Amino acid sequence: MKASSRLLNSSLSKLDGSIHEQRMRSGTTLREKMAAAAMVPIFGQNVSDKYDLVPDWTSREVSTGTTIMAVEYDGGVVIGADSRTTTGAYIANRVTDKLTPIHDRIFCCRSGSAADTQAIADVVTYQLGFHSIELDEPPLVETAANLFKASCYRYREELTAGILVAGWDRRKGGQVYCVPIGGMLVRQPVSVGGSGSSYIYGFMDSNYKPGLSKDQCLELTAAALSLAMERRRLQWRRGQTGKHL
Amino acid sequence: CLRLFSGIWSQLCKCLFKSLFFLTITFIFRNALLEGEANKVGCSLPAARKTGTTICGVVFKDGIVLGADTRATEGMIVADKNCSKIHYISPNIYCCGAGTAADTEMTTQIISSNLELHALSTGRLPRVATANRMLKQMLFRYQGYIGAALVLGGVDCNGPHLYSIYPHGSTDKLPYVTMGSGSLAAMAVFEDRYKPDMEEEDAKRLVRDAIAAGIFNDLGSGSNIDLCVITKGKVDYIRPHDEANKKGVRTGDYKYKRGTTGVLTKAVTPLALEVVEETVQTMDTS
Repeated sequence: MKASSRLLNSSLSKLDGSIHEQRMRSGTTLREKMAAAAMVPIFGQNVSDKYDLVPDWTSREVSTGTTIMAVEYDGGVVIGADSRTTTGAYIANRVTDKLTPIHDRIFCCRSGSAADTQAIADVVTYQLGFHSIELDEPPLVETAANLFKASCYRYREELTAGILVAGWDRRKGGQVYCVPIGGMLVRQPVSVGGSGSSYIYGFMDSNYKPGLSKDQCLELTAAALSLAMERRRLQWRRGQTGKHL
Repeated sequence: CLRLFSGIWSQLCKCLFKSLFFLTITFIFRNALLEGEANKVGCSLPAARKTGTTICGVVFKDGIVLGADTRATEGMIVADKNCSKIHYISPNIYCCGAGTAADTEMTTQIISSNLELHALSTGRLPRVATANRMLKQMLFRYQGYIGAALVLGGVDCNGPHLYSIYPHGSTDKLPYVTMGSGSLAAMAVFEDRYKPDMEEEDAKRLVRDAIAAGIFNDLGSGSNIDLCVITKGKVDYIRPHDEANKKGVRTGDYKYKRGTTGVLTKAVTPLALEVVEETVQTMDTS
């Protein structure tokens, strides 16, 4: 199982949140060879494009080809995301809300597979809610981040989820934690994620400095996300057969 | 502090995710093995019948309008010219299904059954969000191997709700959704003419036009247009709402009058049949 999933995941790059593994493609080659030999179209999950009435993108996994961002400031956090969910080259939802509340003062920014991130967010919301009731206190952002890490790391072979956990608690104020694909956990003052984040690392490095005010953070986030979305739009135009969107 | 709760976390994680993933892993192993064995012998597994489909839904002022075409395809052949793609979930919730026909049928039936038990347990009319949760958790558990892409719509105590549910288990809550192979054609119509808070007739016309766009521009969709209008306290299941593709009537006839062909000779041979054996077997119908 590990070997086959490694083969599947070989198209993933580990560092940024770029996605597009085609999960259901194991064992395709043998069937396709047999089908070609028999001159018979093959159906089921692994459908050949040539003989297919139902186009490829209807069976593709839905991914949030995304740009997400979170910035700490004194007294809280600013989070932002674009609103596009794609299946292949088709935009399945152009008004997606990728900023999901986990608790009253804790949010998560989702990137990667829409199904995986929604499922993980639901599980963590339940776990954190339960924990908070037990504690009789608002939960810590670090707790939420560790819950995400626990799920993302344990099932790292099966999941494609890049998540930014951001929120405010009384103990440490505004915090941003990054849980990328693979299940690492690290706290950062500012973090970007998703396949569009590659375009704005330079912008972030040169424009972010510690000690920004809330309004400055809002402006920075808006500017960075607009840049990333513009760049991703042009990339899609140029390379329509590309895996990232 | 973290160490204190690590025990509880791991328990919770194990409980929830084990139920989520345990079945997944066993199924992946088992099915892959079966397919491998079948291929070794030289057989290929039977093709799943897909509903190359156009389904859509829209929220209007008083409720939801769901629409679907009625063609089910098996590869390049139309397997069913008039299949029903709008499935019953509960008295106030209906679900259109695209993808593998068996998967949509069975999934909606399972969730309908569970939802009825749930409603009896709570003593309340079921909510669309509940149906959505049940469907997405089941589809996620099967990691996309259940090829069911659904448009779930209904009216409950919190108003009308419309969800699109993808085979891998992601859902979107939107005012208008389309799914299936004809979804692009239908979405084009929606993006052009959708307005919030439409009247019922406008909404029905919009959905009808969207499905018609799918039927006429997509090879996987065809035949008639079914509609389902759900409002608070009333469901209008209109099947068919519009027979967009009526089968033509033959203008000619191959029957000829007696005497058209002249008879030259006629010979009649009676065959003598005799009863050899007669037995009576009574059937126990008690």
